[in-house]
Amino acid sequence: MNRELAGLDALDLAATPRSSRAARIWSATWPALGGAFIALAAWQLVVLSKWQPDYLLPGPAAVFRRLADDVRQPAFYVALALTLQRAVVGYSLAVVGGAIVGALVARNRPLRRACGSLITGLQSMPSIAWFPLAILLFGLSETAIVFVVLLGAAPAVANGLITGIDNMPPLLLRSGRMMGARGIWLYRHVVLPASLPAFLGGLKQGWAFAWRSLMAGELLVILGNRPSLGARLQFAREFSDAAGLLATMLVILIIGMVVNGAFSLAEREVRGRWGLTGG
Amino acid sequence: MADLTLDEQQEAAVRVEGVSKAFGQGRSAVLALHQVSFELARGEFVCLVGASGSGKSTLLDLVAGLEQPTAGHVETGGASCALIFQEAALFPWLTAAGNVELALRLRGVRRPERRRRALELLELVRLDGFAQRRPHELSGGMRQRVALARALAQEADILLMDEPFGALDAITRDLLHDELETIWRERSLTVLFVTHNPREAVRLGDRVLVFTSRPGAIAAEVPVTLNRPRRTDSAQVATLAAEISDRLRSEVRAHGLSHSTKSLISPGSRG
Repeated sequence: MNRELAGLDALDLAATPRSSRAARIWSATWPALGGAFIALAAWQLVVLSKWQPDYLLPGPAAVFRRLADDVRQPAFYVALALTLQRAVVGYSLAVVGGAIVGALVARNRPLRRACGSLITGLQSMPSIAWFPLAILLFGLSETAIVFVVLLGAAPAVANGLITGIDNMPPLLLRSGRMMGARGIWLYRHVVLPASLPAFLGGLKQGWAFAWRSLMAGELLVILGNRPSLGARLQFAREFSDAAGLLATMLVILIIGMVVNGAFSLAEREVRGRWGLTGG
Repeated sequence: MADLTLDEQQEAAVRVEGVSKAFGQGRSAVLALHQVSFELARGEFVCLVGASGSGKSTLLDLVAGLEQPTAGHVETGGASCALIFQEAALFPWLTAAGNVELALRLRGVRRPERRRRALELLELVRLDGFAQRRPHELSGGMRQRVALARALAQEADILLMDEPFGALDAITRDLLHDELETIWRERSLTVLFVTHNPREAVRLGDRVLVFTSRPGAIAAEVPVTLNRPRRTDSAQVATLAAEISDRLRSEVRAHGLSHSTKSLISPGSRG
């Protein structure tokens, strides 16, 4: 019986072909490179069409030269650091707040009825609409910016957790209860891990909202002697410095993409572990 | 007579008395179980066989304490139950060993002890080589063995199994029958095993309870006196299984009859 079972196990787990690491990295990289190439080519074509003069719309080469100059100046890093600091603070608060609200709302039926659609509504509200109120309440200050980043990202985070808890297989809950998990233990060992894939999706979306709100905020709330990426955009426009403006926009785009990529990687890792990937 | 009852009380691991279970309220209520009574002796292996929708799973939930009966009562004398489902309800984010360890952890077993015990249990179901695999990297049969190891980790006296091998192929199922029988013997467990397959019931059970549907009730009790280990494809098992099948069929037929009469009446009565 022993041997039979072992034999059956061996048959059941026929080796699945796995591509090499290099091949997988390449297959993930070339579409991204291709996409970047298409975008740059389109940009260059618009420039070549002479739709706008060079000093208003410089080509990729000029902008990349400008970017290379920028990253050699300390002022660039001061601005980058301030922007990233605001992003981290606002987003962290949004994650904590969103997770608490999401957890409360998902497991509490009356609260769910009361607040469920409100959270979804808040999520679709453009966060820039919060700025006048934020400025009224907190003045032109760091607090106003962080407040809006928080409000922009928190609903998405809360919604991600609510979706995760909603879509949790009831069988897992039953099984956890049967194993003697109650209350906080059930949450810690069953509910939270089960909802992690959807929660990660919410975190990723929350980041996108946070980054957008932050840029809107930095354009609206410019504080003296506090250079940020948004402030650099604004000054570049005021000085009609198109190359500098586009170089800063590239930085904003790249940061957004890098963080998004990190979330996608984490998502893929979790989905793979959870066995949610197809095949 | 009084002595006998006392004896019985000591022997019974599970006592189900006049249990009824209704879902919903008022006129729309559905009666899932009606006046079900039976006992499981300590160390007994009892199979519950019935057509689908006969409230078998509800009965397991009642014995497990996940649900409360509408009438009657269930006694397990403080003994704990472990429940195994049709699809292994393993936690996909934990490895095979992690799943077993969580059951130990929830019982307050300390970490070094947990590691050791989890591996022992996986060894018992012959999966010690797969301790670090995640559930989706295992076959259906292997997952059910991990679920069995996890249930054993709960050190429950009573094992409740809800069509645990229903989704498996015949060869795997046969081997798991042998496996389960061995573990049941070695650990002197009390098992209540729900299935819709009469052969499986006769292969495993000391007794087979035949269940009728809507509402669920026990229609017959068939003792199985064949020597163990039995083979699912042996002639004796087949003969006894055929009797149970006939019994089930007549129950199903009875329902077809009552259903057709109802549907003849109901349009008129609704007006």
